[in-house]
Amino acid sequence: MRHLGIELTELDDWNCCGATAYMSVDEQEACILAARNLAIAEKTGPQDLLTPCSACYLVLNKTKHNVEDFPKIREGVQRALKAANLSYSGKTAVRHPLDVLFHDVGIEAIKRKVVRPLKGLKVAPYYGCQVVRPYATFDEAWNPTTMDGILAALGAEIVHYPLKTKCCGASLTGTVPEAGLRMSYILLKEAVRRGADVISTICPLCQFNLDAYHDQIMKRWEPARIATVYFTQLMGLAFGLEPKQLGLHRNFVPMKRLPELEKSEIRF
Amino acid sequence: MVEAHMMKIKRTIKYDADRVGGFGREIMSVAGCDQLPSCIQCGTCSGTCPLTIYMDFSPRQVMALVRADFKNEVLRSNTIWLCASCYSCTVECPRQIRITDIMYALKQRAIKEQVYPKHMPIPILAKEFAKMVLSKGRITETLLVMQLFLRANWRAVLSSWRLGLGLITTGRFVIKPERIERQAELDAMLATITNGNGKGKA
Repeated sequence: MRHLGIELTELDDWNCCGATAYMSVDEQEACILAARNLAIAEKTGPQDLLTPCSACYLVLNKTKHNVEDFPKIREGVQRALKAANLSYSGKTAVRHPLDVLFHDVGIEAIKRKVVRPLKGLKVAPYYGCQVVRPYATFDEAWNPTTMDGILAALGAEIVHYPLKTKCCGASLTGTVPEAGLRMSYILLKEAVRRGADVISTICPLCQFNLDAYHDQIMKRWEPARIATVYFTQLMGLAFGLEPKQLGLHRNFVPMKRLPELEKSEIRF
Repeated sequence: MVEAHMMKIKRTIKYDADRVGGFGREIMSVAGCDQLPSCIQCGTCSGTCPLTIYMDFSPRQVMALVRADFKNEVLRSNTIWLCASCYSCTVECPRQIRITDIMYALKQRAIKEQVYPKHMPIPILAKEFAKMVLSKGRITETLLVMQLFLRANWRAVLSSWRLGLGLITTGRFVIKPERIERQAELDAMLATITNGNGKGKA
């Protein structure tokens, strides 16, 4: 982000948004939790609230909608905020980095920063569910293309990947592995089958599910080994940053070595 | 002794007496669930849901059961817990029914009435997650997973040792407990509803 001239400030004393789990227990409380973050953002100043996690993105946007649409929730949230000397008017926009990079920074500016084009790298663009459904306004629910555009600007080859918005299994990979891991397995297998070198994702839980369970997936079905990284890590590579700076060494399944990239002295 | 040899049977057709009058209306009164009456039972939700194959009632059936007041059937079904909130059904529904939100309303009700299957890890995860957010303001994944294993299935810890090891070697294993600084602020906010039942207490 700094590389592209975007200034980020950590939200003062942010709290957990509650994710899908809190919504299952009590929606009013979940909205209050999320509203605290929105109110702190509003107090900080006229700026957007940026969240790289799909669940945070969804819960914060859902709270905005709920506060707007349902008087009962709105009253509860306002009363709770008042108890903490906070207030929320609905001004703060909740945005995902993909949205900001595509619409505010723009493809042309991204292209200009590329010093090491990802030539020859075949990427399967995987968006997952909660960024594009149901509240996103910056891309389509079933066939989003913003990340495709960014990856193409980096010089990568986009693999046609029709499963791009299918669910990864979320926390079911841990709680009901038979069901959850199969969903991750299908995504990995399809990317391998279509000849991708790497899956590019925009969500931390998708990244974790597609990266961390390869041994269990192999035990249950068959190996479907392919690396899964954040799209921003691929951007960093193309911008000339070191893999270690980008945290690429923290992957369970490391990215494949590519002759074209190695020539430009990248070490994974 | 005769009984031991008797064939076990279960009534599979529902009776009118199995219904709990008013249940459907209660669910439909939850924020976001009011479109349910317009369901045309087309089954688009069941077709687009990636988890229907594991469910005892498909999402379409759950819609019909809620509307017809079959409270015990839906609250005890595994459907509501298998829903991973991917919102495919909500986006696809031709009647704009927010099916994911109805699933949430059913989960909340099942937790409130404690009718979910014992040792089922999903509702336990939801409860432990909520408890941690309530008391610390943030989630420490490692501690949460430990709680979950202790309460749901401690044997799973042993089978997941490789995952834990992988997290340690990749430097992704977090053990330092996370918490917010102004917990009192959060407590004051939640106090306006927890005991006041929506009437305000702070």
